[in-house]
Amino acid sequence: MIRRPSSRLALALGVVLVLALFLLPWVAGRYPVYLAMQILILAVFSLGFNLLFGYTGLLSFGQAGFFALGAYGCAKILLAVPNLFLGLAGGVAVAAVGALLLGMLSVRHTRIYFSMLTLAFGMMIFSIAWKWRDFTGGDDGLVGIPRAPLEIPGALSINVSALGHYYYVVLVVSLAAILAMHRLVRSPLGLTLQAIRDSESRAEAAGVPVRKYRLAAFTIAGTYAGLAGALLTPLENTVTPPVAHWSMSAEPVLATLLGGAHVFGGPIVGAVLFFVIKDAIVRFTEYWLIWFGVIVVALVTGFPGGVMGFFTGRAQRPIAWPWLAGSRNPPAAREHDGTPED
Amino acid sequence: MENIAFQGLIGLSLAMYLWLISAGLTIIFGVLRIVNFAHGSLFMVGAYLAYTFYGQMGLPFGLAVVLSLAGTGLLGYVMERGFLRRIYRIDEAYQLLLTFGFILILDDAVKIIWGGVFKIPPIPAFLDGAWPMFGRAFPVYNAFVIAVGLFVAVALWLIFEKTWWGRITRATASDREMASAIGVNVPRVFSAVFVFGAMLAALGGAIGTPVRVVAPGIGASMIIQAFIITVIGGLGNLKGAFFSSLIVGILSAYGTLFFPVFELFFIFVIMAVVLLIRPQGLFAR
Repeated sequence: MIRRPSSRLALALGVVLVLALFLLPWVAGRYPVYLAMQILILAVFSLGFNLLFGYTGLLSFGQAGFFALGAYGCAKILLAVPNLFLGLAGGVAVAAVGALLLGMLSVRHTRIYFSMLTLAFGMMIFSIAWKWRDFTGGDDGLVGIPRAPLEIPGALSINVSALGHYYYVVLVVSLAAILAMHRLVRSPLGLTLQAIRDSESRAEAAGVPVRKYRLAAFTIAGTYAGLAGALLTPLENTVTPPVAHWSMSAEPVLATLLGGAHVFGGPIVGAVLFFVIKDAIVRFTEYWLIWFGVIVVALVTGFPGGVMGFFTGRAQRPIAWPWLAGSRNPPAAREHDGTPED
Repeated sequence: MENIAFQGLIGLSLAMYLWLISAGLTIIFGVLRIVNFAHGSLFMVGAYLAYTFYGQMGLPFGLAVVLSLAGTGLLGYVMERGFLRRIYRIDEAYQLLLTFGFILILDDAVKIIWGGVFKIPPIPAFLDGAWPMFGRAFPVYNAFVIAVGLFVAVALWLIFEKTWWGRITRATASDREMASAIGVNVPRVFSAVFVFGAMLAALGGAIGTPVRVVAPGIGASMIIQAFIITVIGGLGNLKGAFFSSLIVGILSAYGTLFFPVFELFFIFVIMAVVLLIRPQGLFAR
């Protein structure tokens, strides 16, 4: 059900954007570079979340738990062995294993029970990060994490300790993750997930092992969250428990809602909007969350397809105030509202 | 030994705040089938309104509580009529997200209106003092909170089992189409139930004002505990919510006494285990 607006235009736009991203450190100061890294990290985090939400129909409130597994995993490794390859790979591996194990339990449920279960697991990880002082540093977190070199002993050692250099690590890894997800949602796996989302019983009747596919989606989403967390650690040089809190789980939810859950690029556009809007609001008030609340309420009731849905005309479900969006969303679209039915 | 019994009493009064907030959450879920993420924020708004009327304006405590209930009920009415009503036909994930949007708005609105400082007004004179109990001093106010909680439990049972309103509400909860077919004004029942649930949360917040900290974060911490309780008791199960409030309240009182470090962790483990083994709740028939 995910349609490309116009592939050739999108491709050209994408190439220009990627080129611009590669040139960014030469034309912009430290702050835009830092902001771009935050956006890329949130984009990876949100794409993983949306594989579960938009493509599989499962709303997770515990993604911050896996984000934190990646962040803390990477931090512990970098503090012991200063090698960025190991740090990133280790953080991702920890998150992937965690997501696989907790996923086996979580995918026993769908709908609200799934959301509650993921919330509980995420908060378990939060309480470990917060209370296990000897290992995680408690509420002080882990500090002094180096932006270690990319190193293959005896063969290669690239120093990325400068912000502008580390930027390229984040950029290349994020772009690779985005491309991989783009391939994945069009693969048989991605298409099967969408079939499960549209009708669980139909997929089951066609012989799809529904739970196994949901577990696969859950594990991949957790791995992406872990990758995002692992990328954040060397950027900030610290990790603290709030990265595991459920309010952190809300960030990819907000980004996905902003950009649109039913378009592949939605979470990426949403990540950009999230930081641009936040940056703009923070300039004149410290209370930026209230404006996000207003935006969420407006989006859910008025523009359920997010920004991308608005531009591509794919809201896919009846909306609360039809007169706000004109007549582009006939109520008949209810059949394909992108969520599991039972 | 006396210490243990005393801590149990403290836990009992903690359980009553949890019961008041999870009762509203449970009733709303039972009838509207909406998990109101913003319910903790309604608890918080109730606390802040009571603080304004009682602590700042100096009105009598009872009157302040009533006004706080009225104010929060009005807010609930606006939330239901203006927003939730429009999305009942829509997938529940978006309903959760809408109430999540309310949390963001209410939490910051409270900071903007009242500031971020912690506030504790004095205990009203007629509820001040302490009774000797198990060799320690048990505050009269805690006994008052326990009495309010038990009163609400009995009142809810009477309303739902013995009155015409209760029958209509239960009928709407079990089959809204059929209720509508026999002439029940379902949208009006929904509004009434949401407002009633909001007022229960506000009652918890309001009576907690003189003894608990009134701060912007209390909504978020209460909603997580209320989720745990409604899951353990069974979503939409009022009796279950009462008993699991007692369990969680008393357990966390002992938890802070015996193993303070992993109290939070164990409560989430209990929540996950119940969801996995008995998703209908421990107290389902």
